[in-house]
Amino acid sequence: MRLTAITAALSLTAGAALAEGVAPDDVSYSDYGEVTVSLSGQPGDATRGREIFANKSQGNCVSCHAVTELADVPFHGEVGPILDGVGSYRTAEELRGIVANAKMTFEGTVMPAFYKTSGFIRPGDGYTGKAAPDDLAPILSAQEIEDVVAFLMTLQDS
Amino acid sequence: MRHMALTAIAAVLAGTAAFAGGADDDTLILNDEIEMVTKTAAPDHLSDAMDEIISGWHFRSDETQQLQTDDFENQGMIFADYGAEAWDTVEGSEDKSCASCHGDAAESMVGVAATYPKWNDGAEEVRTLQMQVNDCRTTRMGAEPWKYDSGDAINMEAFVTSHSRGMPVNVAIDGPAEATWLDGKDIYYTRYGQLELACASCHEQNYGNYIRADHLSQGQINGFPTYRLKNAKLNGVHSRFKGCIRDTRAHTFSPGSPEFVALELYVKSRGNGLSVEGPSVRN
Ligand code: HEC
Ligand code: HEC
Repeated sequence: MRLTAITAALSLTAGAALAEGVAPDDVSYSDYGEVTVSLSGQPGDATRGREIFANKSQGNCVSCHAVTELADVPFHGEVGPILDGVGSYRTAEELRGIVANAKMTFEGTVMPAFYKTSGFIRPGDGYTGKAAPDDLAPILSAQEIEDVVAFLMTLQDS
Repeated sequence: MRHMALTAIAAVLAGTAAFAGGADDDTLILNDEIEMVTKTAAPDHLSDAMDEIISGWHFRSDETQQLQTDDFENQGMIFADYGAEAWDTVEGSEDKSCASCHGDAAESMVGVAATYPKWNDGAEEVRTLQMQVNDCRTTRMGAEPWKYDSGDAINMEAFVTSHSRGMPVNVAIDGPAEATWLDGKDIYYTRYGQLELACASCHEQNYGNYIRADHLSQGQINGFPTYRLKNAKLNGVHSRFKGCIRDTRAHTFSPGSPEFVALELYVKSRGNGLSVEGPSVRN
């Protein structure tokens, strides 16, 4: 009974994602790497986006980027640029494209693509070191990308 | 007592803030005797990528660096001592120890580790030090080979390597070793895993930068085996490679695999000219 309920709920979410969202292989990038439509079809939640940005097992963006507003989070990295004010000088479309697949904006960048599921060399199953399953999930879901973009938009020049 | 002191240091380290940046300018003198070359001009084959090669020692905190200056503080030397015992231990069907053929390691093993991995004519392959030790064990001693990067294998590697400390890394990359070296170079620049990062992404493009709490070095292997405060044991080169590739969300290679043998030769050659430091201390 319980199991059936969960399965039903799961297929509902999957159905909803297909109906309104964009699958990783179907994202369309402009010549400059922008993505115009919401990947999940829903608006992002900046509070959740902040957590994903800082959380080691999720976006872990802070491992490469420092952000003054995240003073409560220890150890900001230096591999990427400081993102203070990025919401003032970048549009939501640009940011969505950068977070989904930064290589479309910055050729050859070391920044990983967070909404991509194919074209990897020896992809793994998370951090286990083992081979990836056939249905490899993107690092962040469509909604998580939207949440992170919403958070980045809150980083305005003061 | 000693263990407690180490734990205290580890705690202090975890609390220090990031953003120190770059390699420091300290000098590594071993046992008040041997001055190590920890920075030097990049070998010719690397000159289009970087000017200077730098030991991983320069990217560690003063407290961690200090532990490597004295054999009595360097926990890695305890494991090298186990290797010394194994050197003299008779094993296998031929009633032989390493010492039966090689005598005193303090004489016969001087400079050996500095030139490995190395082409072996008879076997027509590039061999790491561990592969050579296992060949001696199986063909000359009639003993079982050690599992790659296992405790026994690493202890022996540390013991043998300790006799090259202060000598320049000097592996050959031309002649019959060249094909393997090129394979290793390919692997070094391949962007593996779901994060699509190559060794070069972190250790060539970003050394000196922090990635979260980790201060990125050039990923040199002149200090291997390394005693890491994090896991309180000696760590082999291939295990380190495996960890780094795993961290790119990739399907790793295995210790002892042809891919890691080739990568070891290539990465070691990037350190040609740095002093051998193994066993070194890292965090
Ligand atoms: C492994 C390092 C790394 C990680 C992890 C990483 N980035 Fe980046 N990021 C970079 C680098 C490097 C750049 C600069 C682009 C370039 O020129 O290569 C960049 C650029 C950016 C930019 C553009 C900044 C500007 O000035 O235009 C944004 C926005 C950004 N990253 C957001 C994120 C977010 C959000 C995440 C996590 C979901 C993230 N990054 C994770 C390395 C990283
Ligand atoms: C995502 C970033 C990243 C990638 C990619 C990466 N490493 Fe590392 N590596 C690290 C970090 C962080 C450390 C620990 C700090 C340091 O010594 O640089 C480290 C340490 C090392 C060390 C130890 C150096 C010492 O002095 O003890 C070696 C050797 C090494 N890496 C080699 C490699 C090789 C070879 C590859 C590719 C197969 C690779 N790394 C890929 C992040 C990375």
